[in-house]
Amino acid sequence: MWMKAGKEKKPRQPKAPKAVQARRTPRLSGDGARDLLRSVAFLTPSVLGVAVFFILPFLVVVYYSVIRSPMNPEFVFLDNFKMVLENNSFRVAAKNTAMFSAIAVPLAVVLSLALALLLECRIPAKSLLRTFFLSPMMVPVASVVLIWQVVFHYRGTLNVIVERFGAQAVDWLNGPYCLLVIVVLFLWKNLGYNMILFMAALNNIPKELLEVADVEGASPVHKFFNIKLRYLSPTVLFVAILSIINSFKVFREIYLLTGNYPYDGLYMMQHFMNNTFGNLDYQKMSSAAVLMALVMVALIALLFKVEDIFGKDVEG
Amino acid sequence: MKKNRYFGRLILTAIAVLFAFGFLMPTVLTISNSFMTQSEISSNYGKVFANVSGSDGKAYIADTVNLKFIPDKVTFNQYIAVLIRSPEYLFKFWNSVVLVVPIVLLQLVIASITAYGFTRWRGKARSFLFFFYVILMLMPTQVTLVPNYLVSDWIGILNTRWAIILPGAFAPFSVFLLTKSMRRIPASLIEAAKLDGSSEWQIFKDICLPQCRSALYSIAILVFIDYWNMVEQPIILLPDAEKQPLSVYLSTINSSEVGLAFAIATIYMVPSLLLFLHGEDYLVEGIAHQGSVKG
Repeated sequence: MWMKAGKEKKPRQPKAPKAVQARRTPRLSGDGARDLLRSVAFLTPSVLGVAVFFILPFLVVVYYSVIRSPMNPEFVFLDNFKMVLENNSFRVAAKNTAMFSAIAVPLAVVLSLALALLLECRIPAKSLLRTFFLSPMMVPVASVVLIWQVVFHYRGTLNVIVERFGAQAVDWLNGPYCLLVIVVLFLWKNLGYNMILFMAALNNIPKELLEVADVEGASPVHKFFNIKLRYLSPTVLFVAILSIINSFKVFREIYLLTGNYPYDGLYMMQHFMNNTFGNLDYQKMSSAAVLMALVMVALIALLFKVEDIFGKDVEG
Repeated sequence: MKKNRYFGRLILTAIAVLFAFGFLMPTVLTISNSFMTQSEISSNYGKVFANVSGSDGKAYIADTVNLKFIPDKVTFNQYIAVLIRSPEYLFKFWNSVVLVVPIVLLQLVIASITAYGFTRWRGKARSFLFFFYVILMLMPTQVTLVPNYLVSDWIGILNTRWAIILPGAFAPFSVFLLTKSMRRIPASLIEAAKLDGSSEWQIFKDICLPQCRSALYSIAILVFIDYWNMVEQPIILLPDAEKQPLSVYLSTINSSEVGLAFAIATIYMVPSLLLFLHGEDYLVEGIAHQGSVKG
């Protein structure tokens, strides 16, 4: 009995309703000005650093993106953006990056949720399995690149297997499948982390609700879609955003596997940036950075909106 | 009915084991291959790394690639070669250390002070500022590298370690996570200290930080692995190959040194794997508390 009560209490603890949380933080009335001063004191170091290394130079980046050149600061507004958008390598990079994220992010969300559900089932050695699933996130990309090379090389392990089954060998990294190979590497690295997020969220679903559903004879599928998924929607959003961010980091894998000039299908945004840094074309790189920042903000806003629509009935 | 359920569990277990195998395979292979002799490496992977050669250049190369878990003969020769004959890899390893350790320490110090500021005092302006940090945190490196590059160029730290350390120290990632965990500290604790006449600094140092110990540890691990793994930043901010960390340099290893590469790759994953094995529970707890971006 005692054990059970303890167990039931636990999941509710970490996530207090918003109203309670607001009340929890002490707001001492009376010395408003002094509090302001104190908060400024604690926030200043970080704000200064962020301003110096990110915000102020970003404003300059915005400025660079609308002038002719640093030497000739004539206001040209959208000209640079047009130039970048018409640039062939930018288009290839944008297309590949977008395509990669469009494939990898939904897969990352679905598969990591599946893994989290799998570890909720009654199977042996769960904590060991969790450790195994999580371990790739701690392995530096550079360390396992050798193995990936051996596996995906034209004369590598995968093709040995493919040929044993009588099929044609495929040039995995220099052909139509290259993006899928990178998707696999991405999933390998990121699923464990996302899985932990989902496991925590699943743990936070009120147990009474699931018990009631059990009593009423709801099927596992019904329980999943009508109860669990609703409570998971903030986590789905979070995992999606996280995966989008991480999907821009696959440049690491691609760079370490194929260098600065990969097969066309693997030419990513970061490759484009590297090349513009290479010839120090300030206008090009500024406009590209501004464009990308805008796309990111739009994407995040969209995801927030979507979550607002689906997550409403739970929060209220 | 009962038999059916048993069967289902068997299938689920099989799937889990299959996944576990896939997740572990590359890591285990890298480690086990680092104990192979050079001739075994050449024979196994000769087909892939075209100019892998034995000491006399006439090494035996098997017809097909042979990915093997267990070496024919266990040897530490590759490690000895790394340590004695090729000290440049150790220099690169040291480069990684002197880049990553300051970033982790500085980021944690700055972030915990900032997180306290965000936790103790709320208001419109501050929550807007916090939201701003979240947006900044979500920006990909491709965006932030450009401003980082410009500043480093202006203040003349381009191509020095500081071009990576300073922006890293102020990265908002741990501010976000630490604020989330500090907001979980019960207000009564802080109020009690306040009534005892503690100063804000004392409350921060003696109450908030100890309460956040596990969060701090897990964030340290996350920041460490992120920067231990960095590739984009050094390529652009630190183009000098001499100063680059091992995470970039490993890819440029000559294909005739594949055996060495396995040993170096293994050495490079040791710190992060040790951190992981030691702090896995904190790490899991830390990740789990991230919850969502909002609120």
